[in-house]
Amino acid sequence: MNDFLQLCFAGMALGARYALVALGFVVIHRATGVINFAQGSIVALGAYFAFNAHQTWGLPFLLAAIIAVAGCAVVGIIVERLLLRKMSGQPVFSVIMITIGLLFVIDQIITMIWGQDAQNLGDPWGIDTVEAGEIVLAVVDLWAIGLAFLVVGAFFLFFRYSSTGLAMRAVAIDEEAAMARGISVRRVVATAWAIAGSVAAVAGITLASGPAALRPSVGLIALAAFPAMILGGLDSPLGAVLGGFIIGITQTLTAGYQPAHASWLGQDFQSVTPYAVMILILLIRPHGLFGTKEVERL
Amino acid sequence: MSDQKPILEFRDINTHYGAVHILKEVNLAIYPGEMVCLLGGNASGKSTTLKTLLGMVTPTSGEVVLDGEVVNDKPTSYRVERGITMVPENRRLFKRLSVLENLQLGAYLRTDKDGVERDLERIYSMFPRVKERLSQKAGTLSGGEQQMVAMGRALMADPRVLLMDEPSMGLAPSLVRTNFELIQQIHEEGIAIFMVEQNANMALSLADRGWVLQTGRVVLDDTADALLANPELRKSYLGEA
Ligand SMILES: Nc1ncnc2c1ncn2[C@@H]1O[C@H](COP(=O)(O)OP(=O)(O)OP(=O)(O)O)[C@@H](O)[C@H]1O
Ligand SMILES: [Mg+2]
Repeated sequence: MNDFLQLCFAGMALGARYALVALGFVVIHRATGVINFAQGSIVALGAYFAFNAHQTWGLPFLLAAIIAVAGCAVVGIIVERLLLRKMSGQPVFSVIMITIGLLFVIDQIITMIWGQDAQNLGDPWGIDTVEAGEIVLAVVDLWAIGLAFLVVGAFFLFFRYSSTGLAMRAVAIDEEAAMARGISVRRVVATAWAIAGSVAAVAGITLASGPAALRPSVGLIALAAFPAMILGGLDSPLGAVLGGFIIGITQTLTAGYQPAHASWLGQDFQSVTPYAVMILILLIRPHGLFGTKEVERL
Repeated sequence: MSDQKPILEFRDINTHYGAVHILKEVNLAIYPGEMVCLLGGNASGKSTTLKTLLGMVTPTSGEVVLDGEVVNDKPTSYRVERGITMVPENRRLFKRLSVLENLQLGAYLRTDKDGVERDLERIYSMFPRVKERLSQKAGTLSGGEQQMVAMGRALMADPRVLLMDEPSMGLAPSLVRTNFELIQQIHEEGIAIFMVEQNANMALSLADRGWVLQTGRVVLDDTADALLANPELRKSYLGEA
């Protein structure tokens, strides 16, 4: 039983990191309808920005993190400005292919600047643990979970109560009608990309700091965050977080029990579970767990 | 009207979608507080005229003039801030947002919080039905209710000129008259109305002046009374043989 709880907690900690990655997908999709496959490489870029500021420039970790968040916001704006804006009105397929291409380009830029080798981003969290009953909670994991909730809470307040958040929802529903209200669609879209960049940096830092090492491949985790986002329903921040937890927990439970109880499934089966769960849930609920169906009445 | 300066003008406007020439040398002017209408058959360029006035479509030549200033390269937001607002064709409410959120979006560019509050109250008294449904998703309202929200959303911008693209389209016949009375009421508050209508009889009986558009060209430009009496127009738009 304790094993089980311990695995669940580890799953939540992993899921929180997926959720942070997924939230970046969600905000862009929500405002523009585009799925930005390059999100994962912006996650990696955020981690490397923080590494550079903290280890190379010797700045305090928190300041380095803030620089990374701001840096990724700028990267988001540049990507939108240079590439995506030109593609507005073009087939969605082409837009998506551009973001996939960008994924590889940014990955290459990262290895050109920082190399392939594992780096140490630093460990501001320490190896402290908290004991809750029989299970041991690592402080770094509690931070990841806390940050995921903090960010989703901020998203909720932003979309619900701020005028920019409302404008973003309006643009997502009907760009032309939003424009007719005097909303600057460009500014709204740029804001969405900046927010997605910032969240990506937070995700990158939680993924690559502490006991984990920083490698260019940190961006690949976005591939597992992708099912989390689909599960949550593409445009729901809360859904992204719950999707993240579901994927994270199934993954750690699989890693914990499958080798002993179902070894015939092969090695490393846990890396497939996010997709298996995604397929299953989409079959039952095609719009994800929290996705919006069009409310229409003619 | 000639003693006043127009709020909004077209001077020799040409508009293209790609290579397709839509508006051809169009001239028109909207003066403060008047009610004018633009008539024309399907695909004659009526909606394009409104979108060009509001800056959602950029003309290929000619000038769009707002308060005497050429605003061709100014964005829609610039014009909305200066009191130009549109009720688009088919209303285009944000269906997944609540009624209140739709109204708030109407006032998106306004900074006078008190004025916005006051206008909300005004809209509630104008449309008590809307007030009862503030938290309902706009897409689930009946057609008549959606029309009220669309009008309310436009009025929330505190406009000087209200551009209306076929306001009676899709309304039950019984609602068409109510809707025109509402437009009349808004007009009496001093807001200039520029109305695109298929319902030429009704529109001309309310309007001061009108234009008739035929494949992107203004073919008639006259007072409403003269247009109502015009045999050509009677034949082609008022359904007389
Ligand atoms: N975004 C666009 N791209 C290309 N062509 C367009 C676009 N919008 C309109 N058109 C074309 O321009 C012409 C004029 O369209 P417009 O919507 O202005 O006509 P309308 O007079 O409002 O017609 P209706 O009475 O049917 O609403 C039509 O032939 C239409 O197909
Ligand atoms: Mg039209």
